[in-house]
Amino acid sequence: MKIHEYQGKEILRQFGVPTPRGVACFSVDDAVAAARELGGTAWVVKAQIHAGGRGKGGGVKVAKSPDEVRSAAQQILGMHLVTHQTGKEGQVVRRLLVEEGAQIVKEFYLGMVIDRSRQRVVLLASSEGGMEIEQVAANTPEKIHKVWIDPAAGLRDGEADAIASDIGIPAPAFAQARACFQGLYRAFVEKDAMLAEINPLVLLADGHVLALDAKFNFDSNALYRHPEIVAYRDLDEEDPAEIEASKFDLSYISLDGDIGCLVNGAGLAMATMDIIKLYGGNPANFLDVGGGASKEKVTEAFKLMLHNPNLKAILVNIFGGIMKCDVIAEGVVAAAREVHLAVPLVVRLEGTNVELGKKILANSGLPIISGNDMADAAEKVVAAARRA
Amino acid sequence: MSILIDKNTRVMTQGMTGKVGQFHTVNCKAYANGVNCFVAGVNPKKAGELFEDIPVFASVRDAKAETGATVSVIYVPPSGAAAAIDEAVDADLDLVICITEGIPVHDMLRTRYRMQGKRTLLIGPNCPGLITPDEIKIGIMPGHIHRKGRIGVVSRSGTLTYEAVGQLTALGLGQSSCVGIGGDPINGLKHLDVMKLFNDDPDTDAVIMVGEIGGSDEEECARWIKGNMNKPVVGFIAGVTAPPGKRMGHAGAIISGGQGGAEDKLAVMEECGIHITRNPAEMGRTMQKILKG
Repeated sequence: MKIHEYQGKEILRQFGVPTPRGVACFSVDDAVAAARELGGTAWVVKAQIHAGGRGKGGGVKVAKSPDEVRSAAQQILGMHLVTHQTGKEGQVVRRLLVEEGAQIVKEFYLGMVIDRSRQRVVLLASSEGGMEIEQVAANTPEKIHKVWIDPAAGLRDGEADAIASDIGIPAPAFAQARACFQGLYRAFVEKDAMLAEINPLVLLADGHVLALDAKFNFDSNALYRHPEIVAYRDLDEEDPAEIEASKFDLSYISLDGDIGCLVNGAGLAMATMDIIKLYGGNPANFLDVGGGASKEKVTEAFKLMLHNPNLKAILVNIFGGIMKCDVIAEGVVAAAREVHLAVPLVVRLEGTNVELGKKILANSGLPIISGNDMADAAEKVVAAARRA
Repeated sequence: MSILIDKNTRVMTQGMTGKVGQFHTVNCKAYANGVNCFVAGVNPKKAGELFEDIPVFASVRDAKAETGATVSVIYVPPSGAAAAIDEAVDADLDLVICITEGIPVHDMLRTRYRMQGKRTLLIGPNCPGLITPDEIKIGIMPGHIHRKGRIGVVSRSGTLTYEAVGQLTALGLGQSSCVGIGGDPINGLKHLDVMKLFNDDPDTDAVIMVGEIGGSDEEECARWIKGNMNKPVVGFIAGVTAPPGKRMGHAGAIISGGQGGAEDKLAVMEECGIHITRNPAEMGRTMQKILKG
């Protein structure tokens, strides 16, 4: 689960990582009032959306007077901010962060992820602040410094200072950098984060070290023990279809194509998308109904797919193990009737009670196209989508 | 022979008395030699009771001492599952299979750290388990699609494993053992570990390796295969069409930071001599062609 920058900074401050003073705003008037309240002579007005690359897209502006804050806020609030992470339509900006300006001497990159191979949390740091870490990794990998953190010891002082030195933080600021690194690690572990980035971490003219940005992604499997993180959820930033799916415990992801797929199991669901593509079609979604799909769940899954105006055909691909094919067949028939299905439906059933399942489909009176195996089903659904 | 488990394996079930645990324990007990294999359950609140004639013990240690079980299968809900693995590791079991999906990643990091230097092997979490056809089934896979034979199967997915097994069985190719290593980012045995076991198993002639986007396990396994494997390997990777940055159902199935994409994995696997297929419907036939030479 992702959160906004201003929320991430709230978390950082709780763990002793300094950030600029700032106020989250939902209107232009709020933004101007916030600038007055913060005082000073320069402010930064920052669009709050979950995607990165906001600066390049025009979502971050520096203002030298409350009037400039007003005009910056007017420009940014409500804009469709397009970044490399939002897609062509962009994301509507509904929240702003107004912060005091900072006299920046140098920018650094600080990140934390879970290294799957080593099974440790790894701290990544680089002198190339403000740049995408993927780009730095591709062009100048020697500039990325890493520490794999021992879970029992945490990030040791010596490790933190060595990293600070590696990325060019001057020695007098080591203690502050250490507080940032160690604070970020504690936040990462205690809040069950999967990814955290401070990009940039900055050294100010007065020698202070600050987190100028904050990005977090949390483990959705751990949210049950973090109501304070759940409270940060912003549904405006999420795909409505995916929100709807999560209510029914369906795993759904929207894609660009026109062939809907309903599958049991994540691996088989991906493989089903792949085989549709292989036979010349384009999948409209990823949809895993899970191991125990009821009639209701299948019906909701059909409704979700049918929300997509581009949908031309549906492929149901079930390998019944625990889930019996006759149960899923009944669910498919009931769902197709309830939603008055108007697009071609191809169903491939395999596994437990497959013959019973096929009989239910055949006797339903519905124009269901039967697929004998995965390849046959994919071919048929691609052909059906072409005709539609 | 087989890898990891056979008809002589003795198994305890942690979380046996819950709804999920009960359902699968009945099925596992009914499969092949299951009635002799599944000898204990663990639940501190129900010690002394019986479920399906299987005695329930207060702890893994008690269950091991009383029944001689050296393998555990875990159906404990996510919030307590990592602690259940810890208990099995502390009791010095040979093998722990954790079926539970949805364990917080940081819990698994702590558990894997605790496992360092211990001899217990872990399969999963978030996996279907493993099976040696006609001998023993530990987990949630449908037993009837399997057939005894000489092909090994290792996979990160559940139903996609069944798909591979179903294709093999339909072609008359039986399986030595099938291992679902699970879809989580932090897990126990990886493709590489299972591949080594299949390589050393005299009753396995060839292996199907089913991977998916996310991480670099498949690449690490492929590089080892290139220099060490003396049996043919067929490979498939799910998620060629998966968009980057999205978690595709499995917690571990995500392309992040430009890494973990299916095309990269397929390229490395092909380069390392694995017989890859891009068509998930062709896993069985690809294997059949190779065996026929």
